Amino acid sequence: MMYMKSAYEIRDKYLRKDMLPTIFCPGCGIGSVLQFTLRAIDDLGLNQDEIVWVSGIGCSSRVPGFVNFDGLHTTHGRALAFATGIKLTNPDLKIIAFMGDGDAAAIGGNHFIHAIRRNLDVTVILINNFTYGMTGGQVAPTALKGLRGTTAPYGQFENPFDIAGLAVAAGANYVARWSVFNYLQGINSIKKALSKEGFTLVEFLSPCPISFGRRNRMKTAPELLRWYQKITVPLAKAKKMPPEELEGKIVIGEFADRDRPGLVREYEAYKKRAKKMMGWEE
Amino acid sequence: MRYPFPVGKSDFIQGDEAIARAAILAGCRFYAGYPITPASEIFEAMALYMPLVDGVSIQMEDEIASIAAIIGASWAGAKAMTATSGPGFSLMMENLGYAIMTETPIVVVDVQRGGPSTGQPTLAAQGDIMQAIWGTHGDHMLIVLSPSTVQEAFDFTIRAFNLAEKYRTPVVLLTDAEIAHMRERVYIPSPEEIELVERKLPASEEEAKLPFGDPHGDGVPPMPIFGRGYRTYVTGLTHDERGRPRTVDAEVHEKLITRIFRKILDHKDEIISYEEFMLDDADVAIVSTGIVSRSAIRAVKILRERGVKAGMVKINTIWPFDFDYIEQLAERVGKIYVPEMNLGQLYHLVKEGANGKAEVELIAKIGGEVHTPMEIVERVVG
Repeated sequence: MMYMKSAYEIRDKYLRKDMLPTIFCPGCGIGSVLQFTLRAIDDLGLNQDEIVWVSGIGCSSRVPGFVNFDGLHTTHGRALAFATGIKLTNPDLKIIAFMGDGDAAAIGGNHFIHAIRRNLDVTVILINNFTYGMTGGQVAPTALKGLRGTTAPYGQFENPFDIAGLAVAAGANYVARWSVFNYLQGINSIKKALSKEGFTLVEFLSPCPISFGRRNRMKTAPELLRWYQKITVPLAKAKKMPPEELEGKIVIGEFADRDRPGLVREYEAYKKRAKKMMGWEE
Repeated sequence: MRYPFPVGKSDFIQGDEAIARAAILAGCRFYAGYPITPASEIFEAMALYMPLVDGVSIQMEDEIASIAAIIGASWAGAKAMTATSGPGFSLMMENLGYAIMTETPIVVVDVQRGGPSTGQPTLAAQGDIMQAIWGTHGDHMLIVLSPSTVQEAFDFTIRAFNLAEKYRTPVVLLTDAEIAHMRERVYIPSPEEIELVERKLPASEEEAKLPFGDPHGDGVPPMPIFGRGYRTYVTGLTHDERGRPRTVDAEVHEKLITRIFRKILDHKDEIISYEEFMLDDADVAIVSTGIVSRSAIRAVKILRERGVKAGMVKINTIWPFDFDYIEQLAERVGKIYVPEMNLGQLYHLVKEGANGKAEVELIAKIGGEVHTPMEIVERVVG
């Protein structure tokens, strides 16, 4: 069904008209990922009034302002800490955290891994564009070695974070990574993520031609998409490849799909245990 | 409702414990914290009580996350609190500013210890007065309360929640290691004896659309709680009455920030609290806050015995500060002494208030010990 609905229909149903146009540059991938997310919500038939969008700072973090839902646009990197308070106070609310790679993996890295460790019931949609787009193209902690940014003008010399890998190791219930080129897989992954308890993450390689592409000889979104096709390797194929061949590549696919109890369920059980231990309840 | 501690009777407890019990009785149902001396006992008491009263107590990864979590909880409808000491309070400055900008009712307890940096973890100080008022960046306004006894730690915690809810603002309860760890007799009232204030909620669809407006003319907009169908957008960016970012519009910025000031300063008579002691005929006044006030009261008694017409004022609300009152006081007395456990912070507020009408002298003491009454007496008699 979802593939039949026009983008206009999705836009009119879910976006705040008085907030448009968005701040996004031509060729930016955030709008695509937003559309995937809204289509997933639409297809699942989720109640718009029972979803809260949270975000930190950066281009992708401006998304909660454009969607017609409750939204909390917070401080840089802290979205998941705010989300912890919202979710535990009102467990009926579904939380979507729309984050960037710098937001989630640099300044918010500690909140990110601890939210996963707790298995906070939240769906993180993560825009990975290897750069700080809003501030003009500084290198992000996901930038592959050699990629250029204004703060590493001669090419990144540090090792990158594999965010999806980090999330799997920290214990997330669902982790997938795609590029915006993987339209159907992306929507299906978001649907799965939104349907599960606990921490779920869908990471997208997303083009930023203006701040990132121009500095790396890929001035347009199509060039970046072609580059994604070149550097991404599906998980099944990657499993058969020797490690040296995977150097400089990014594996895409579903990395975790498990059903550990989420933080809300754990805390409800904890409350019961407390009352029992204090003799307040049988 | 059943409480996990005796109510309607007195108990002999520490300041930290009193703060936790007061929070529970004030209706606080969300606590997030990070361990730190000398505030950890507040967290430990909350950890014990919260699950029993169907509230949440959670240990976050740091103090940045702690204050973030309580702001989120507040937007989801809970009364929420965190507690810390200097090093953690420094980390909270970022989101304290966010709470001010988004007009989120929260209570932040800072149990002061010697600083800067890790300083003296177990010893009391009053070195965070200026930080509590001015620590976060940008023009801002908030409320800071300062108790001097364990009973006041209890009472002011309830007041902190009421003020936070009433004015949709963060309130800092600024106490210190001495009060936090001292045991005193405290009357814990039963719920019927406690007057509680709840935040304004939107009375109409129209009001709900202006979460940062001023529909009642008192500067305090009703708060549309998440999950109730209002579809509210909240941002730390400069925003208009509807909450939409308007970051380059000077008029919008001025209107927002001046209202955040006005909603508190227009009600300062209700917010400000101080207590006078033997001041009617005094020609020497001592102005103090927090634990030092205990020594100051004794010092006044000794001075009176020695024939010095001394009196004192105990400042309960550090911010907003009553500069006008201090000026009137300065007109009545010849000299004002300000004993405090730092190298001069309250002193500067008092000096500004006195406006040259009386000489103001600082009696500074640092290192972790409270002034003895005689240390104050000797400075006054020279």
